[in-house]
Amino acid sequence: MQLSAQEQLRYSRHLLLDKIGEQGQLKLKQSHVVIVGAGGLGCPAALYLAASGVGKLTIIDPDKIELSNLQRQIIYKTNHIKRTKAQTAANQLQALNPEIQVDALEKTVEGCEFDTLIKSAAMVLDCTDNASSRYFINQACFNQQTALISGAAIRGEGQLMVFDFTNQAAPCYQCIYPDLQDENLNCSNAGVLAPVLGIIGSMQAQEAIKLITQGKSSQQNKLLCYDAWQMTFHQFNLNADENCTVCSSKN
Amino acid sequence: MKVTINGKPVEFTQAQSLLSLVESFGAQPPYALAVNGQFIPKSQHASYAVNTGDSIDVLSPVQGG
Repeated sequence: MQLSAQEQLRYSRHLLLDKIGEQGQLKLKQSHVVIVGAGGLGCPAALYLAASGVGKLTIIDPDKIELSNLQRQIIYKTNHIKRTKAQTAANQLQALNPEIQVDALEKTVEGCEFDTLIKSAAMVLDCTDNASSRYFINQACFNQQTALISGAAIRGEGQLMVFDFTNQAAPCYQCIYPDLQDENLNCSNAGVLAPVLGIIGSMQAQEAIKLITQGKSSQQNKLLCYDAWQMTFHQFNLNADENCTVCSSKN
Repeated sequence: MKVTINGKPVEFTQAQSLLSLVESFGAQPPYALAVNGQFIPKSQHASYAVNTGDSIDVLSPVQGG
């Protein structure tokens, strides 16, 4: 496989980088990334991955665009209200980069044959807004040994975790947060500072590009906590819980 | 014994487990715990012995997106 003259030009600023270059750009072109949730995190993550030339993107979201989404879900325009997020996002991404394939699934993650979908994918970006979807995605990624880049944001706080399930000793999302419930805070009842989603979603895209082009991410098995009001980052090293109900070998 | 919890200095007299220490500090579940930058899995919270000088972080989960 080679890059066309148009692609050489489009991706020229990546091709100049030692850490990407033509080989890295070809890896991006051959990769499939699944983005679950086309909201505040999914929009910037998908925009950057599409612009960067990831060859195939699948966008999963069952919701329709509402006026209150537009404060932070930056792929959508005011005239998109009432349209479905997944297909609208896919159309915008396809317009941004016609060289790639973008699939839209207007379904819940639980209702889209997710395990089959992610089997051949390079990774999954968890950009959802609730605990049950996060647990479902984590279990599926663990089962299929598909890397998981988990992002989350609320108020002025953001968190990022990267899990590589090809490493047997790696922790999973369930190890870190084993007892979440859906009635905990979400963006519709607690609010969120718009650019926090851009920062965390962009970091999800960035770590995806690093995993694809270099085979590793500096954030693997780490929890990065971002405080927007203080403008501080704190990082914690993660390890598996030997009693984890998902990934422990005791199961 | 002196430790810090979320950056605040805390002093206590008796040796305590990580769990009882953060509970007496007022931590409400759900939370993740880290000591000196290392995550401590939930199954170890009750048995983990805190040492003087430890830097403890009580991390609230973030689920929004």
